[in-house]
Amino acid sequence: MTDTTIQTHEGEASFGDYFALLKPRVMTLVVFTAFTGLLVAPVPVHPFIGFAAILFIAVGGGASGALNMWWDADIDSVMKRTRKRPIPSGKVAGDEALAIGLALSGFSVVMLGLATNWFAAGLLAFTIFFYAVVYSMWLKRSTPQNIVIGGAAGAFPPMIGWAAATGGVALESVLMFALIFMWTPPHFWALALFMRSDYDDAGVPMLTVTHGRPATRRHILAYTVLLAPLAVGLGLTSVGGPVYLVTAVLMNAWFLKGAVQIWRRDEGLAEADNYKVEKTFFRFSLYYLFAHFGALLADAALLRAGFGGALWL
Amino acid sequence: MALKVEHEIHQRRSGRNMGVAICLVGFVAIVLGLTVVKVQQIGAVQGFDHVVRPELAAGAGE
Repeated sequence: MTDTTIQTHEGEASFGDYFALLKPRVMTLVVFTAFTGLLVAPVPVHPFIGFAAILFIAVGGGASGALNMWWDADIDSVMKRTRKRPIPSGKVAGDEALAIGLALSGFSVVMLGLATNWFAAGLLAFTIFFYAVVYSMWLKRSTPQNIVIGGAAGAFPPMIGWAAATGGVALESVLMFALIFMWTPPHFWALALFMRSDYDDAGVPMLTVTHGRPATRRHILAYTVLLAPLAVGLGLTSVGGPVYLVTAVLMNAWFLKGAVQIWRRDEGLAEADNYKVEKTFFRFSLYYLFAHFGALLADAALLRAGFGGALWL
Repeated sequence: MALKVEHEIHQRRSGRNMGVAICLVGFVAIVLGLTVVKVQQIGAVQGFDHVVRPELAAGAGE
């Protein structure tokens, strides 16, 4: 009798494969924006509690990523970009990803509640539910507005960070949410214009396919126009300062200029220069978000160093 | 017979086991740290314990 039968698994999962389920690249955005939300809040937080709160928010974000990978395993295996993810590559079983996603969801929400407050924990639970159920299960495959809805899930972290510090919601945290929410569609649709995406094969409706490229260009302009006043408006609240206002005005002016250029172009022109404008706009959109939240951090640092009011004079 | 049998699965999964160990140690450290910070934030905890404590009596009179 043998006590165990060990099979040799060629593609056996390493710790890194399980970590990859948590979508670490998305997590960096979650960590950065949640950190900003927590730090610019008017209520000071003990550094260790702040660290723990950011960690649990990141774990919660990772848990929703694992649930998303479990649910989307079928389309991930069709698309080139996602084919090497742990589940389609056969390294991690779908059930394992589901178990990890559920366990880390519960863990992160309970720990955030214990470390900070239950309002922040509730927001984190809602974010996980929104991304895994509302976005991934209900809407991703049924509407070309999936990017807009998915953007809401990515926009919650600064609100959670703020709630971890203050225990509630304020105009400032709603505007930080709105900034990411309105930024997401132009960011992804610019990418969709120059990436010959394989979402079609996977049966995921993308605006570029369902409504056409000219409509996508109009959508990019519309969202960018709506984004600009929200972004600048955030600078007029208590978390804004000179660094943020200058950053927001300059970046939104450039972003609007790029969106107008994209709107004016047609496919012939775009293909002629290999989507130069769209690619520049997409790259700039990454700097745009990091610059806005970085500027909020800079103003918060200046305020704490005692330069808050002096710089306005 | 060797006293310690090192099975192939131990080597194969050493990375995973190490990762889990680091996570667990990290979790313990975070819970310990949170406990220390939370207890410190409560401030000095003392009450009447069959012995009159003047500082508490003064506080109670305010």
